[in-house]
Amino acid sequence: MGLWIGVGALVLALAWGVWAFNRLVSLRNRVDNGWSQIDVQLRRRYDLIPNLVETVKGYAGHEREVFEHVAEARSRAAGTQGVADRAGAENQVTAGLRQLFAVVENYPDLKANTNFLALQEELSATESKIAYARQFYNDQVMRLNTSTQSFPSNLLAKAFGFREREFFEIEDIARGPVDVDLGGS
Amino acid sequence: MYEQIAANKRKTFLLLIGAVLFAGLIGFVIGSFWGYGPVGIGIALVVATVMSISSYLYGDRMVLASTRAREVSSQEEPRLHNIVEGIAIAAGIPKPRVYVVPEQAPNAFATGRDPEHSSIAVTEGLLSLMNRVELEGVIAHEMSHIQDRDILVGTVVATVVGAAVLMAEFFMRSWWWGGYRGRRGSDSNGGPVTLILFAVGIALLAIAPLAGQIIKFSVSRNREYLADAQGAMLTRYPPGLAGALKKIAGTPTAMRSANNATGHLWLNQPSRIEGERQGTLEKLFSTHPPIQERIRRLEEM
Repeated sequence: MGLWIGVGALVLALAWGVWAFNRLVSLRNRVDNGWSQIDVQLRRRYDLIPNLVETVKGYAGHEREVFEHVAEARSRAAGTQGVADRAGAENQVTAGLRQLFAVVENYPDLKANTNFLALQEELSATESKIAYARQFYNDQVMRLNTSTQSFPSNLLAKAFGFREREFFEIEDIARGPVDVDLGGS
Repeated sequence: MYEQIAANKRKTFLLLIGAVLFAGLIGFVIGSFWGYGPVGIGIALVVATVMSISSYLYGDRMVLASTRAREVSSQEEPRLHNIVEGIAIAAGIPKPRVYVVPEQAPNAFATGRDPEHSSIAVTEGLLSLMNRVELEGVIAHEMSHIQDRDILVGTVVATVVGAAVLMAEFFMRSWWWGGYRGRRGSDSNGGPVTLILFAVGIALLAIAPLAGQIIKFSVSRNREYLADAQGAMLTRYPPGLAGALKKIAGTPTAMRSANNATGHLWLNQPSRIEGERQGTLEKLFSTHPPIQERIRRLEEM
């Protein structure tokens, strides 16, 4: 009798172990997937920046500092490794872009340029996709971290090397309740 | 969320089995009239099985076609495409295909069988009336239906009920024309045949209220509240959808392509005639909670 209880307990523990291990694997994969989504959107932003700079240059060629600042931040961000460094560098890119758009305010002709308007929609859409990708990634990181920290799955996580991940933190990116009606198209 | 997915898959299975058995019964009744009951069952079962499988595989296309939705490219509708892609990223599912329905009433629906095979359709009225935040709220609501597989049940129900309605009309009409010819011609065999067609037509018409109950059973009103809440979680901004619902509440909801088979799929239930209050039949098919209550719940979040 005692033997069977022991065997039963062992089987249950094993079943739990398999389940918990698979859960950790799927959580980790979701985090990786979330990170690659962020990466895709950030790269799309890198691709847009040179076009944007070229377009703005045509109207405001003498605002060199601003262009250089954005270009520099962009190339620095593209070269960083790791979540925290990348987040810091991307904040610089966002700040540079904001500066650029502030400059644009002084050039009414530029603001009416269709090429520029298309780039602007593309860029603001990319910004909001970055925000959504970040939201998804951070949710997944939180779930993974909770699993690796809470008992008893932390034992399994330690044994098989599931580590906590870093959140992707960005200073208040343009997002949320903007009451601007962008018209019908 | 995972229990809901499982529950929705179970419901879909039961619905399809139920539809096949029901068709078998009709086949038996028709068949036994001529003394070939088993043959009737066989034919009806084969036809119903083929229809069930195709409603699972192609139901989304049928629904989209019945609303005259048109797929739009990201060049045509960059704003809509960007929003759909953004919300899909937030939900962690592949980007659904994007359709526009030529209707002026602001409304939207999602269809498909799983996140890998899904579509979101919005009306032209919705596009012109909503700002970006409101549109995001609406798309997030639909994205939640996709995530929870509500679209699977909804689409299968739409095609099954649609087929029943179509068959009822077919039988009624063939009785009408058959009876007409039968009276004029000398062929006396027309009598029993037209009678049985008439009986089947009446039987199918009688299940129309039943169909309403089936729809209600499958897509409970709670699903809408849940999709509202889940959508708000995706955008992290409940006032977006609340604002959209307010605008929808303030505009006429009549749609040319509205019908009882697809009414439950829409964001807000369309009515058929401009300015019409809900009649008894409409109430029977009413699958959505009152819009004011949905707005109130969103505003309390």
